[in-house]
Amino acid sequence: MATTVIPAQPTSKPTNYLNDGFTLKSWLLTTDHKRIAMLYLVSVTLFFFLGGFFAMLIRLELLTPQGDLVSADTYNKIFTAHGMIMVFFFLIPVVPAILGNFLVPLMIGAKDLAFPRINLLSWYLYIIAGGIMIHVLLNGGVDTGWTLYSPFSTQFSNTNVIEAGIAIFIVGFSSIFTGLNFIVTVHRMRAPGLTWSRLPLFIWAQYATSLIMILGTPVIAITTVMLAVERLFHLGIFDPKLGGDPLLFQHLFWFYSHPAVYIMILPSMGVISELIACFSHKRIFGYKIVALSSIAIAVIGFLVWAHHMFVAGISLYAAMIFSFITFFVGVPSAIKVFNWTATLYRGAVSFATPMLYAFGFIGLFTIGGLTGLFLASLGIDVHVTDTYFVVSHFHYVMVGGVVMGYLGGMHFWWPKITGRMYPEGWAKLSALFVFVGFNLTFFPQFVLGYVGMPRRYWQYPPEFQVLNVLSTAGASVLAVGYLLPMIYFAWSLRYGPIAGPNPWGAAGLEWQTPSPPPTTNFDETPVVTWEAYNYDEIEPKHDFLEGTGER
Amino acid sequence: MSKFLPLWPDQASSIAGQVDALYIYLVLVSAVMTLLIFVAVAVLAIKYRRRPGIAPHPIEGSPILETAWSVIPFGVMITFFIWGAVIFFRERTPPTNATEVYVVAKQWMWKLEHMEGQREINELHVPVGQNVKLIMTSQDVIHSFFIPAFRLKQDVVPGRYSTLWFKATTPGTYHLFCAEYCGTSHSGMIGNVVVMEPQDYTQWMAGGPSAPLPEAGKQLFASLGCATCHRFDVQGRGPNLQGVFGKPVLLEDGRTVIADENYVRESILNPTAKIVSGFKPVMPTFQGLVSDEQLNALVAYVKSLAQPASGTLNQAAAAPAGQPQTKQVQ
Repeated sequence: MATTVIPAQPTSKPTNYLNDGFTLKSWLLTTDHKRIAMLYLVSVTLFFFLGGFFAMLIRLELLTPQGDLVSADTYNKIFTAHGMIMVFFFLIPVVPAILGNFLVPLMIGAKDLAFPRINLLSWYLYIIAGGIMIHVLLNGGVDTGWTLYSPFSTQFSNTNVIEAGIAIFIVGFSSIFTGLNFIVTVHRMRAPGLTWSRLPLFIWAQYATSLIMILGTPVIAITTVMLAVERLFHLGIFDPKLGGDPLLFQHLFWFYSHPAVYIMILPSMGVISELIACFSHKRIFGYKIVALSSIAIAVIGFLVWAHHMFVAGISLYAAMIFSFITFFVGVPSAIKVFNWTATLYRGAVSFATPMLYAFGFIGLFTIGGLTGLFLASLGIDVHVTDTYFVVSHFHYVMVGGVVMGYLGGMHFWWPKITGRMYPEGWAKLSALFVFVGFNLTFFPQFVLGYVGMPRRYWQYPPEFQVLNVLSTAGASVLAVGYLLPMIYFAWSLRYGPIAGPNPWGAAGLEWQTPSPPPTTNFDETPVVTWEAYNYDEIEPKHDFLEGTGER
Repeated sequence: MSKFLPLWPDQASSIAGQVDALYIYLVLVSAVMTLLIFVAVAVLAIKYRRRPGIAPHPIEGSPILETAWSVIPFGVMITFFIWGAVIFFRERTPPTNATEVYVVAKQWMWKLEHMEGQREINELHVPVGQNVKLIMTSQDVIHSFFIPAFRLKQDVVPGRYSTLWFKATTPGTYHLFCAEYCGTSHSGMIGNVVVMEPQDYTQWMAGGPSAPLPEAGKQLFASLGCATCHRFDVQGRGPNLQGVFGKPVLLEDGRTVIADENYVRESILNPTAKIVSGFKPVMPTFQGLVSDEQLNALVAYVKSLAQPASGTLNQAAAAPAGQPQTKQVQ
C-alpha cells in the first residue's frame, strides 16, 4: 500500500485545522471545509435537539386520548415545528453538510472544496434561515404542517406561513450551494490517479445527492414563492375559489419533497458502505452496482412523486403509473442491502460501535423500505395513507436510516475529526438504547395506522391509547440513546485516547493524513495507484479501540 | 375488536376483506424478507468475525447473484403492484346502481344529504348490502373522508366533486375520521357511520321530514332563473338539459366531455369554461350565489333529468346530448 506518500507519524507538534487559530473570527470567517463542517456540526445538532424537544411534546400529548397537555392549536404548531425543523434543518443537511463537508476533499485528496467561500456562504444561509425559523417559533409558530397544503396555508391559516416559507426558501439555497460545490469538486479536484471507478462509495452517494439538491431544490423555492404570492396578493394559483388548483400545489411540493427523501437517505447509505467495508475488512461486494444504484435512486426518485397523492384526486390511471414506477425505486435500494450483507461473507467482521450502527441501519432500513412497498401498493395505500402507518414508515427510513447512518459515521470519523477515541463501552450501550428505543417508539405505530388512527390528531378514540403509551415509552428510551453520545463525545475531546492517523486500519485517503488533519489536508498531493477498498493490502487491526495508547 | 388493544380494525365493507388479504400477503413476504436479511447478517457476522491469524478473502462481486437479487424481488414487487391495482380499480369504479349521498365537508364537520332529503351531521346511516356512492366536496380546505372499517379513504377537495363508493356488509357503528389535516379541530372532525339492517334503515328514512334532493333542485332551478334559458319545450339560449347527464357533450372548441357531476358543477360556477357547441358564452357565473348544498341539489336535479319521464323528448335524446335542436334542423 502506498502509505509512503504521507509520513505516518508527524514529527513534531503538528498544526492541524483545530489549532490553526483560536479567535472567534478564525472560525466565523474560515473557508476551511473542515472548520465549516464543525460550524455545521454545532448548529445542526442544536436544531436536532430543538426538533427532538418538539417530538417529546408530541409524544407526551399523545399519552392520553384527550387533548390535555397543550391546546389543539398549540399541538398543530408543535408537529409543524417538529416536521419543518427535522426535515429542512436536520435531515437534509446533516450528513452532506457535516460529514460530506469534512470528508469529500479528504477522500479525494484535495485541499478544499472547489468554492470555499460559497461553502461558508451556504453555512451563513443556513444560519439566517434557522434564525428566521426560530423567530417564527417565538412569534407564535406556524400551523400548516410541514407539507404546507393549500388552500389551508394560503387562505385559512392565521399563522406565520410566509415567514416560514422564507426560511425554507433560504435554507434551500444553502443546500443548492453545497450540492453545486460537491459536484464541481468531484469533477475537478480528484487526486491524480483517482478515477471515477476508484472513488469511495461515500463520494458516489454524495455526488448522487448533489444532483438531486441542485435539480430539485429550486422547485420548492418556486413553490414557496407561489404560495406567498397567493397568500399576499390573492392571485389564484392553488385556491379553487380564486380559480386555482389545490392539487397543483401537491404536485409541485412532492416533486421536490419526494426526491428530498433521497437527499436524506443517500448520504447515509454512502456512510454505511464505508463502515461495512472497513469493519468487514473487505472491498464492498459489487462495488460498481452499489455505486450505480445511488445514481439510479437519484434518477428514478424524480419520477415517483405522485405516490403521495393516490387519494388526493389524481386519475385512476395516473395513480397506477406512479404506483408502478415506485416499485422500481425499490430495486436499487434492495441491491444495496443485499450487497452489504454479501460483503460480510468471508470477511473479518468487527463489532465496533460504527459497525453496530451499520447493522442497525440495515435492519431498520429494511423494515422502512418494505413498508414503503405497502404504501406503493394502491389497494393498501388507500387505507393506510395519512395514518400512523405512514408516520411509522417514514420514521423508519428517516430516523432508522438517516440517523443510524449519521451516528455510525460520527463514531467512525470522530477520531479523524478530533484526534481522540470515544469510549467504546458507552458507545455500544447508547447504540443499544437507540435501536431498542427506536423500535419501541415506531413499531406500535404500524399497528396503530392499520387499525385506523389518522396522523396529526391531537385527541383520539380511547381504544388507541395502549399503542400510543408504548410509543411514548419508546421515545423516552430513544432520547437517552441520543443524549448519551453528546456526553461521551464531549468527554472524549479531553480524556479520549489519542487516535493516531488510522485507528481502524481503514482504507481511503482520509486515513493517510494525521488526525486531526492539517489545514491543507495533505502535506503533499497524494497520487492514487490502487483501487477503492484495497483492504487486502492492509493488515486487519484487532486492538484499535485503544487508539495509540497515549493520552 | 378488542377495545383495550386493537390489533386489527373491524371489517365491514365488501372491499375490506380484499384489502386485508393483500395486507396479510405483504406482511408475510416482508416478514420472510426481514428474517432472511437479519439471519444472513447475524450468521455471516458471527461466522466471519475478526480473529487473529484469519485473513479476509477478497471477493469482487458476482453479476449472477446481483442480477438474481434485483430481478427476483422485482418480480415479487410486481405481484404487489398488480394485486394492489386490481383492488384500487374496484374501489374507484362505482357500480351504476349505487344510492347517492352528497357530502359537504367544512372546518370542522361533515354534512351529509341523502337523495330522499334526509340531512345528517357527522353521522351517516346506510343500509347493509346496498351500494352507496358518496359525492363529496369541501367548502373550505382539503379534508379526507376515512372509514377504517371499510378500508376506504378519499380526499374531499374544494372546488370539485370527488367520489367514494362502498357496500357495507356488517351492521354496526364505525369511526368516520377526517384524515387530511385541516386546521385547529382536525382531530375533532370525526363521526360515525351507522350500518343498519334494511328494515331498520327504511324505518330511519321514514322519520325524515324533508323533500327529496332533486325536488329541492327543481325549485332552485326555477327560483334562480335557470329555466328561462335552459328550456325543455323550445330551444332556449342555453342547452336543453334533459337527457344530458352521463352522456358525451360536444363543445364549441371541438372537444367532447362526459357530462358528470364535476361538469355540471363547473358549468354553474364557471359557465364559460366549457361552452357547448352551437351556444354563446352568455351565462353568468353563480360563484358565490349558490351554496355547496344548493349546488348539490341542482346537480341532483340535472341528474334526475337524465331519464326523460315523458315521451316528448325522445327526438332530442337521439341527437348527441347537449346538441341544440336548431342545428339538427339545419
